[in-house]
Amino acid sequence: MEQKVIIFCGAASAGKTGVISRLTNSIRQSGETAALCKIDCLKTGDASLYDKLGFPYTIALSEDVCPDHFLVSNLQELINWGAGLNARYLLIETAGLCHRCSPATKHTISVCVIDATASLSAPEKLGPMLLTADIVAITKIDLVSQAEREIIAYNIRQLNPGATVVCADCVSGYGIAILWREILVMPAYTADADDRLRHTMPAAVCSYCIGERRIGVKYQQGVVKKIFADGGGLC
Amino acid sequence: MLNSITIFPGIDKDGAREPFERVILRPREIYAIVGNTGSGKSRFISDIEQIADSDTVTKRRVVVDGALDNGSIAFLGQSMRFVLDCTVEEFIRLHQRCYNGDERIAGCTARSVLEAANSIASERLYPGALLGSLSGGQSRALMIAGISVISNSRVVLIDEIENAGIDKSRALELLMSRDKLVMIVTHDPHTALIADKRIVIRNGAVKNVLDTTETERESYARLDAAYRLITNMQFKLRNGEELC
Ligand SMILES: Nc1nc2c(ncn2[C@@H]2O[C@H](COP(=O)(O)OP(=O)(O)OP(=O)(O)O)[C@@H](O)[C@H]2O)c(=O)[nH]1
Ligand SMILES: Nc1ncnc2c1ncn2[C@@H]1O[C@H](COP(=O)(O)OP(=O)(O)OP(=O)(O)O)[C@@H](O)[C@H]1O
Ligand SMILES: [Mg+2]
Ligand SMILES: [Mg+2]
Repeated sequence: MEQKVIIFCGAASAGKTGVISRLTNSIRQSGETAALCKIDCLKTGDASLYDKLGFPYTIALSEDVCPDHFLVSNLQELINWGAGLNARYLLIETAGLCHRCSPATKHTISVCVIDATASLSAPEKLGPMLLTADIVAITKIDLVSQAEREIIAYNIRQLNPGATVVCADCVSGYGIAILWREILVMPAYTADADDRLRHTMPAAVCSYCIGERRIGVKYQQGVVKKIFADGGGLC
Repeated sequence: MLNSITIFPGIDKDGAREPFERVILRPREIYAIVGNTGSGKSRFISDIEQIADSDTVTKRRVVVDGALDNGSIAFLGQSMRFVLDCTVEEFIRLHQRCYNGDERIAGCTARSVLEAANSIASERLYPGALLGSLSGGQSRALMIAGISVISNSRVVLIDEIENAGIDKSRALELLMSRDKLVMIVTHDPHTALIADKRIVIRNGAVKNVLDTTETERESYARLDAAYRLITNMQFKLRNGEELC
């Protein structure tokens, strides 16, 4: 079965959950299936939000491990988990803390979510997260003037000319259909090909800290925290 | 060249289909959007601005026949504040940069945008002021100036111009010209009668589309006299003069 893996990154409160929750409607309306995963450091109220979305989900807590390292250490297992649930779409929401990381890999679809009401310099501060994104979703456009929206989109296009920029308002749902159409034309995840990070992660204490980019348990050493106690991956 | 914009029915707030086959909007016409507070007027013009494709709460579909200049529809929303963290001058330059290469604005300078804004705001805007520190009326004035001088689109959507404490006649003069398709949401009969047609919204749906009648044009003259009286008194009020 073809599977698309979509990673949503962006600063805290940028609107990642908002975009995902709207997108699950589009997925349902298309008669498709999804599995959702929220990566966080600490326990938050997000479970109740995800509970309403009507698709299987897991809230994965990285606790004292860097949440982006944690995600990439578990990516393969998450993908297997989604496949085990027959989910055609695996939507992963990152914790959005450290702007040094981008958990995007070559074969996943990376959506960077940016709050239109944040600072003018917010996009460039996002670094690899924005630079490696396939799609940039500007949220909360209902709260800014048209001129401001044009300026923000222009700045983002300057930083990442290759990305598709989508303006969205998660309150009315505007922009989500456009985002969904963009995701539909993106390639599916190719499990057998060597997936790798688009950008290295900052130094810490696991294999990825020392520059590992390959995905899979056999490449992982040091402090590697796993989501599934049983080794994960039903498939 | 824009030929027309057609709106296909969506659903009202109760989920019932809107009672029309299609609404066709044409260039060189002015449309007023009227209806109760919360009836869905702002949503209606947002659907047009976003060229909705059954993807908003109303499920309306908007089809543009012909080309939109610089791909955009000018939109003045109900918002009265800017959020970007920069000065007025930086903002104008950043906005101009988005339209670089568009020869229609080649001659436009930051000063001309500021002058246009100052011609409708009662209190001057300064280039060094922080965008976020502008008052509601000043912000509105700058948004209008940007639409008029920088984006200069052939389709202009305006959401409630009258409650901004700015010079309404001057603002409309800047925003509207006879070669544009203009839609203006309003609660004010004086503004509504500037339009050729009125689109009445109720419960989230277009209820009907009315043509401005000859009798109404006569009412306009009376409303205009009242408007002049009120603006004159307003001027005195703001200046601390006696209201007589
Ligand atoms: N007006 C408006 N508010 C929005 C929009 N998108 C999100 N919000 C609001 O912004 C706040 C944060 O949105 P979330 O979707 O929870 O943000 P997030 O990126 O998932 O946040 P974390 O997961 O906590 O990092 C919420 O109060 C949302 O209701 C939007 O398009 N317009
Ligand atoms: N057809 C519809 N179905 C469902 N919700 C709708 C519909 N039309 C409008 N709404 C919702 O109703 C609310 C009020 O609409 P809107 O803001 O457009 O009102 P308005 O007429 O502009 O009011 P005001 O005069 O106070 O500005 C909004 O949340 C809008 O999304
Ligand atoms: Mg969230
Ligand atoms: Mg309104």
